[in-house]
Amino acid sequence: MSRRVGVVQFPGSCDERDALHALALVGAEPELLWHAEAELRGVDAVVVPGGFTYGDYLRAGALARFAPIMGAVAQFAAEGGPVLGICNGFQVLCEARLLPGALTENVTLRFVHRAVDVRVEATNPWSAGLVPGATLTVPIKHGEGRYVHPDPQGLADAGQVWLRYADDNPNGSVADIAGVTNAAGNVAGLMPHPEHAVDPLLGGTDGRGLLAAAAPAPAAH
Amino acid sequence: MVRVAIDVLLKDEILDPQGQAIERALPQLGFEDVREVRVGKHVELTLPAGDDLAERVEAMADQLLANPVIESFTYRVLDEDHDRAR
Repeated sequence: MSRRVGVVQFPGSCDERDALHALALVGAEPELLWHAEAELRGVDAVVVPGGFTYGDYLRAGALARFAPIMGAVAQFAAEGGPVLGICNGFQVLCEARLLPGALTENVTLRFVHRAVDVRVEATNPWSAGLVPGATLTVPIKHGEGRYVHPDPQGLADAGQVWLRYADDNPNGSVADIAGVTNAAGNVAGLMPHPEHAVDPLLGGTDGRGLLAAAAPAPAAH
Repeated sequence: MVRVAIDVLLKDEILDPQGQAIERALPQLGFEDVREVRVGKHVELTLPAGDDLAERVEAMADQLLANPVIESFTYRVLDEDHDRAR
């Protein structure tokens, strides 16, 4: 049975259309959720897409957490609902303190945009079909993707380090971390863009493996 | 009303690539031996005076102006009974 997946659109979001397209390709029924709404319309999962919410003023993602819909996202997350933050969405979820750590300027001070290899380190609903050790090629495009956490080893020991850059670390992230989850594992964030890697004509389909929580639920027996 | 200035800086242990870039540029102007350049944000605001001023300023810095994972802040009162003419 296909799942309804909400994609939150803020002022300054720019990847919400690609997210809708990618989610439909993995078998979901995606729909846009407007930032000014206070509820999630009963969706089964939420994606916070990439972009430059509120101009990235103050810090990337810092102001989006005050949008009315973020209260509903926080409640949905607390109830165990699957939430995925991609790029700016990852920054928003960290600023909203739904995910540990913070993201700041790339160590090179340059915007990076290229395909990178990431290694799956832990399982969660968004990569349910992948085993730890699997390597995926997914694009990145960000200026503020340097992940910072005071205790990356403790985070890894808790199973919250989801993805690491496999070859080169494009932004100076601590311990090569490319994606993390909350303690319960239902909220995940990553800097790479799975929604840009879903079509063999456009650089591969590895991104589909990171959208598993949107794929149709297995039929009950 | 009180005018308060809040300075937000990356914590000492967080690498500051902007500071490093400035540090590398200064010798080219003849300023040798400049060290530990750190770049941050300076925020000024006017708010009502009161006994809980420190509490309010610290709360707004902690909850919004700085991200406590990566940044620290300091603040100072610039001007009591502030009524700045622009």
